[in-house]
Amino acid sequence: MNDKAVRLQSVSHHFGSVEVIRDLSLEVSHGEYVAVVGPSGSGKTTLLNLISGFLEPSSGTITRRGESRMVHQQDGLYPWLTARENIALGLRTRRGTAGRPGRLEAMLDLIGLNGFADHYPHQLSGGMRQRVELARALAGEAEILLLDEPFSALDYLTRVRLRGELERLIRERPRTVILVTHHLEEAAQLADRVVLLTGRPARIRCVLEIPRPRPRRPTDPAVVEAVERLLGELGADPETSAIIPPDHVARADGGGR
Amino acid sequence: MEAGLDSRPALRGKAVPEDGRWWFSLAVPIAVVGLWVVLSQVGAIAPAVLPSPRAVVVCLGEELWSGRLGDDAIASLFRVAVGFGLAVLLGIPAGLAMGHSALARAVLLPAINFFRSLSPLAWIPFAILWFGIGDAPAIFLIFMATVFPMALATTAAVVSIPSVYLRVAQDFGLCGWERLAKVVLPAILPQVITALRVTAGLAWLVVVAAEMIAGRDGLGFAIWDARNGLRMDLLVAEMIVIGIVGVVLDRVLLRLMTLPSVRWGYER
Repeated sequence: MNDKAVRLQSVSHHFGSVEVIRDLSLEVSHGEYVAVVGPSGSGKTTLLNLISGFLEPSSGTITRRGESRMVHQQDGLYPWLTARENIALGLRTRRGTAGRPGRLEAMLDLIGLNGFADHYPHQLSGGMRQRVELARALAGEAEILLLDEPFSALDYLTRVRLRGELERLIRERPRTVILVTHHLEEAAQLADRVVLLTGRPARIRCVLEIPRPRPRRPTDPAVVEAVERLLGELGADPETSAIIPPDHVARADGGGR
Repeated sequence: MEAGLDSRPALRGKAVPEDGRWWFSLAVPIAVVGLWVVLSQVGAIAPAVLPSPRAVVVCLGEELWSGRLGDDAIASLFRVAVGFGLAVLLGIPAGLAMGHSALARAVLLPAINFFRSLSPLAWIPFAILWFGIGDAPAIFLIFMATVFPMALATTAAVVSIPSVYLRVAQDFGLCGWERLAKVVLPAILPQVITALRVTAGLAWLVVVAAEMIAGRDGLGFAIWDARNGLRMDLLVAEMIVIGIVGVVLDRVLLRLMTLPSVRWGYER
């Protein structure tokens, strides 16, 4: 019996002649929290679009048990709907209409935006918009949550705060989560397992289990150690490599005049 | 605040104080009329070249009182309403089809670009030949002038819908007509409203020309009639009415931009 929430078997994907993903296999168990990390343009978003069913893979198979909801990097809310109406959209597939108003209010409570329910997205800050999008994705009964760099457009403090909120929301109603990010610390803090992708075409470079139970602080030794290992894998460990060579800095100064 | 125009004052020059705005808006008309009054009074312009403001005001009063000007304005507005309405009813669905289907674009775009480049006035002889004199030829010409830009603007709006909106639609099980009504139409509405304003202005320009040649009433016909009777005062009075009606028409459509569900399209 297939007890996996998501299973990718030898998945490859091309856009025209550009190969984005090559022979990628990945299994995610029910209730597991997996982070997928990789360089920009390595096909992480494509991977989520394949898992959500928005794209069909060029080859290989993808099976998904349960509905999925995606949270986008930014501008995923419908700008013509208020925060309340956007979240109401997330309730659509819940069976029956009973309890819907209550559920909506509960979601607004959960993200602490009751006072902004009737605001349009362009009237909200970036952090508020992402909270509304999280609420929209979590409002339904979808078993699988796909997060596409959900906090990367936010400032550091807001993103740390929202990570905490996401943790709390997932704890209250556990789901399978696949988080795509290029932020190593975020991945190591939130996930049970971090999957590191290569550059394009994306393949799995390595998989790292984070042994400490969630929730964790960004400064948790297990998180710090994981980040160091990931940096080492990427060849960007500050101990072993000079990221900005001194002569490069000098040239940059000269060009700035 | 002037909807849709002054939401980003930093990009549009120094803001004008709210209470002084109406005065700023009237400054140029007052200056022009003032100059006209002075030049007529001192006899710098012969009445045969440009009638005096006094003559125009008297004529405007007479024409309004007799109801002729009102009837002509209503006749013109009726033609615009029907011709433009038909263009919207046909242009928006055509634009939706072209926006969604590359095949529809391949089939329709070349023809639409050809007809869009053809001045609607070139159709006047055929309009008279096919529809005679009266409402029909003017409606036909207005339709020909506005349907193609309307279709093209709608196509462009559909093509530029961010793909994330469609992915979200799929996530939440919106498809078919529901997707059209709840995602595609609201997403293109701000651009469609802008296109409506532009094409409605175009319709108002075309109706005057159409009525001059293929009408028995309407403001365009009245212009032609005044010219034939060498009634320059009447001519100017009618031009003033045409300009005012055009501005009012645009103001009415401008109100659409203040709808809460389209503000996002003008504020980003």
